[in-house]
Amino acid sequence: MNAGIPIQYFLILATVMFFTGVYGFLTRRNLITILMSVELILNSVNINFLAFNRYLYPHKLEGMFFSLFVIAVAASEAAVAIAIIINIYRRFTTINVEDVNEMKY
Amino acid sequence: MFILFSAMIVIFSILTVTSRKILRAAVFLLFVLVSTSGLYFMLNYQFLAAVQLTLYAGGIVVLIIFSILLTSHISQKFESSGWKKNIFSAIAALTGAILSIITILDYKFSATTEAAKEVNMKLIGKSLLSVDYDGYVLPFEVISVLLLAAMVAAIVIAKKGSPKTIGLSKLNQE
Repeated sequence: MNAGIPIQYFLILATVMFFTGVYGFLTRRNLITILMSVELILNSVNINFLAFNRYLYPHKLEGMFFSLFVIAVAASEAAVAIAIIINIYRRFTTINVEDVNEMKY
Repeated sequence: MFILFSAMIVIFSILTVTSRKILRAAVFLLFVLVSTSGLYFMLNYQFLAAVQLTLYAGGIVVLIIFSILLTSHISQKFESSGWKKNIFSAIAALTGAILSIITILDYKFSATTEAAKEVNMKLIGKSLLSVDYDGYVLPFEVISVLLLAAMVAAIVIAKKGSPKTIGLSKLNQE
């Protein structure tokens, strides 16, 4: 089904996605959009894991299980981050990272 | 098919990080995650594609949209960050991307010659819970403890504090 597509295409796609996420992480100032950029980064890493698993080591399952664990880590990370964001909003009524600086002394 | 999915991923991920409206950015992220699950179907990982659809597209995006609705107005546009910051971030990202792509194109990947393994549900369940050489029971247990801890932490952080603790934090502010 994936005949004719070299592994490099998958890796380049994951690279582009990863650095798009890095760009968003650096430029955004809203906490939720920063969280979305982190999700992009984690997702591109999953593509890498699966492409390596399918093309180079098809007799093993390491890449698949590790991307499964990455998905679980991403889910718990999103849950905790959103709890923190809601708490910050309750206290500062903003989620802009430049306005939330009260713990800096 | 691959070209369609990859074009969707690239275009929508760029839109996700540049869109000025936050709810639109979340919907673009949803498109990116759905096309990623299409890629997983192309690679013959049906179980993982289903997990991606339900957990990422169904769970995380809905959670993000909920928190957007709780914390900001839908029609609110945020002002663009300064052009200096944008340009330097773009330079950093482009440099990293070009370096990685050059390295990828330069490297000679060599595949094993062993026969491919058919990935079915029975095999996934057995290797998740086996303690043999190919078993993954330790990461499985670690991830379950992590999920429990994350759930407890989310509840504790997001709940309203009791009057006593709120008074204490006010005292600390003064």
